[in-house]
Amino acid sequence: MIYVQLFLAFFIPNIVGYGGGPAIIPLIEAEVVGRYGWMNAQEFAEVLGLGNALPSPIATKMAGYVGYEVAGAGGAVVAVLATVVPTLLLMLGALGLLYRYRDSPRVKRMSQWVRPVIAIMMAGMVLSFFSEGMTGAGLVHTSIIAAVAAIALFRFKAHPALVVVGALAYGGLLLG
Amino acid sequence: MTASQQGKLFFSFLRIGLLGFGGGPSMIPLVHQEVVKRHAWMKDEEFADVLAIANTLPGPIATKMPGYIGFRVGGTVGCINAVLAVILPMIVAMILLLGLFSRHRDVAWIHGMSQGMVPVVMVMMGQLAWDFLNKSRLALGWAVSLVMAAVAGVLIYWLGVHPGLVIGALLVAAMLPPLTKRKSVEEAAQ
Repeated sequence: MIYVQLFLAFFIPNIVGYGGGPAIIPLIEAEVVGRYGWMNAQEFAEVLGLGNALPSPIATKMAGYVGYEVAGAGGAVVAVLATVVPTLLLMLGALGLLYRYRDSPRVKRMSQWVRPVIAIMMAGMVLSFFSEGMTGAGLVHTSIIAAVAAIALFRFKAHPALVVVGALAYGGLLLG
Repeated sequence: MTASQQGKLFFSFLRIGLLGFGGGPSMIPLVHQEVVKRHAWMKDEEFADVLAIANTLPGPIATKMPGYIGFRVGGTVGCINAVLAVILPMIVAMILLLGLFSRHRDVAWIHGMSQGMVPVVMVMMGQLAWDFLNKSRLALGWAVSLVMAAVAGVLIYWLGVHPGLVIGALLVAAMLPPLTKRKSVEEAAQ
């Protein structure tokens, strides 16, 4: 049963999520945090933070870790398969058909129409992380970390891994 | 398909996986570098076609590309080989690092580290939200983008509609023929 839930929790986001791995993040959050309650916002933030600090695709890293947390190695395998296999099989199986539609305006419209929905869900995650920061680190620390992170990332184009390590150090020293 | 070809496939996609930060879409140039420039498994135009086809499908781009290219170069074994090379090392790293982290959550300074991570992830997610809204604005304009986002927000957060359902309905609507054409078909049917 848990395997079926894990499969669905990762299959659904990946089968509707147009726009690559990042687009899938809020859809997975809706399942993992919202629907099944396997993690709270803070734990999900850890997964995202570390996921952004490490290379390789974000969707499979999240699937592997969440699957493992929920149901061990078997869970990791189920969640990763649900992420990778369905669309890959579609691609290999329907290549000829897809080739004909690759420049179709309707296909372009599909990814265009999904974007605003993903954007609002990402904004929803920003809010939930903000309220998590309020109850956890508090307003002052949350503002300081967020401001420094934003300046480092956007102004100085710092590597995300560096910013995550900085936040870990700040948290370990000042929030412990 | 020789073992050495499979080896090349494995190390190419291992490199791509280890050098690609920032999620799948940012890894495409690395895939291009290995597949077109280094190993000449594909020509430029073909790579562009495969990328366009991968984008007609949902799901992560950084597993569809390796899977397809691996299949082309080395059959089913090549497909599995290439996908695992991209994703497996960092899945194991995530499980080891975060597993350690969450087992010691009750230690004060580790709990502090976890709390320090939240604002950073908030900023990164804000950046992604802005990216998606901006791309949406370029394609649909401000008014349509904001109205669509607002309606989706009401459906998902207020009315509790499953996001997969909201997006699924949009995808079906996007696949339908243009409105004017559909009307004339309906009229013809009557």
